[in-house]
Amino acid sequence: MSADGLQREEAFAQALLDARAAVPTALAGRDGRSADRRFAVYRNNVYVSLINLLAGRLPATVKLVGEEFFRAMAREYVEQTLPRSAVLLQYGGDFADFVDAFPPASSVPYLAAVARLEMAWHRAYHAADAEPLTQEAFVALGPRVEELVLSFHPSASLVRSPYPVITIWEHTMRDDDDEPGQLPADGEDALVLRPALEVAVRRLPPGGAAFIEALMAGATMPAAAAAALEQTPEFDLSANLAGLMRSGALVGAH
Amino acid sequence: MAMALSATFGKSPIPQTSGVGLKPEHYRDILDGAPDIGWFEIHAENYMGAGGPPHAYLTAIRERYPISLHGVGLSIGGAGPLDTDHLARLKGLADRYQPALFSEHLAWSSHDEVYLNDLLPLPYTDETLARVCEHIDEVQSTMKRQMLLENPSTYVVYPETTMREVDFLREVVRRTGCGLLLDVNNVFVQAANHVFGATEYLEDFPLEHVGEVHLGGHAEDADEDGSLLLIDDHGREVADPVWTLYERTLAHTGALPTLIEWDNDVPSWSVLFAEAKRADRLIALTAKSTAPEFAVAT
Repeated sequence: MSADGLQREEAFAQALLDARAAVPTALAGRDGRSADRRFAVYRNNVYVSLINLLAGRLPATVKLVGEEFFRAMAREYVEQTLPRSAVLLQYGGDFADFVDAFPPASSVPYLAAVARLEMAWHRAYHAADAEPLTQEAFVALGPRVEELVLSFHPSASLVRSPYPVITIWEHTMRDDDDEPGQLPADGEDALVLRPALEVAVRRLPPGGAAFIEALMAGATMPAAAAAALEQTPEFDLSANLAGLMRSGALVGAH
Repeated sequence: MAMALSATFGKSPIPQTSGVGLKPEHYRDILDGAPDIGWFEIHAENYMGAGGPPHAYLTAIRERYPISLHGVGLSIGGAGPLDTDHLARLKGLADRYQPALFSEHLAWSSHDEVYLNDLLPLPYTDETLARVCEHIDEVQSTMKRQMLLENPSTYVVYPETTMREVDFLREVVRRTGCGLLLDVNNVFVQAANHVFGATEYLEDFPLEHVGEVHLGGHAEDADEDGSLLLIDDHGREVADPVWTLYERTLAHTGALPTLIEWDNDVPSWSVLFAEAKRADRLIALTAKSTAPEFAVAT
């Protein structure tokens, strides 16, 4: 390792990330002339490539606020949250939290929820593969299933929202410009998962999210059902369980 | 298509023909159409997810075609130590997919644990030469295979540079035993940006160590004074003068595995395939032009 080399990199990286900073004096352009315009190419590459990457992952979020607004918002995110790994598949994991706290976006209150749903979709797409538990295997567990902890598919995650996030997302992703009609008044909770090769976004019935949240945290089925009932008196255990099994969200029990 | 959990692949060397950069947009075209193409190259970092369609499709494609592994994030030209976690991930990918070639860039892209997502330039000095060689030694001994080092496209120069790029690359090869990936578009871009002759650069390039060629598109921009500034954007067809330069290179090297790189504004499969076939026609002409010597021998 070389101190000179690290200093040179430090000066380059700092100027790269700060558009107001002077271009490092160690650099030159054509025939020893100013490197300002050329250095701007590198500056542009860093930000534009990361903004493009976020835009590619969040197509509905982009459509909801328009390309220009999204890119300005994403630039602020990138400035605050530079990647820490060359594996950019995980980059932007907290982008929805940033949107939540981004004042200019507050006029679109469901924007962060849509971004959260799209990021969950992206994570599910790249998550580890696993074979879902079959109905037969589940039935074969018998009564002792009540004492077991159910394990979820590695791709499974919940997105809970006080807004009808799935309906908004579905409508936004459709190519037509039809008005959405009457949006559901209540919020929607989504279970996002990829049991095989296709990512699925499932709308959960009342209490479903509380039930799954408790199961994911390691509660037994009766305890998770109790937690769901506490939040939602109309929670229906058998319907929720059947839905979970059908979706391929469970991979085992221990 | 079945989920890919494990697979073993036979030995599949890269043929001396064209290949293309593998894009998710083309997975189905490739598997359904079984195109007549020699090989595919993958960007390593795009396959460092745990599972899902990228691995399932890559496994299916690898069963049918040879693969070359091209890293973009190792920061071989960086002043700090290599990221050993990243190197281990690369090794894992190479073990899993058995690529016939592995390449990385003469550039840096990480600093102080921040990944800058671009291939940044370094000066060519005794100090950087020693460090690049150390890094390549570490890569080759960890990966247990030879790597190819790619010549960069750059927009700025370091006046502290004491060595020509071609001499730097030749010395890296001599010290580490690595091979070279010659990106002909990068030569063209640099020649325009730094005002030197691309043909002269190639005459001095250690062509005997080139194991693969890259051909990509570039964009035209302007410098402060209005003069031409070329940007290596991989977002369009290979430019005609780059094809000419490639043809001249082939005349010196003979047939080489040649990759069409098109990473941004990815075109339809048929457009990309047509670019690859254009490279194949030039490779075939090279083979023909050397045929008379063999004819005499028989």
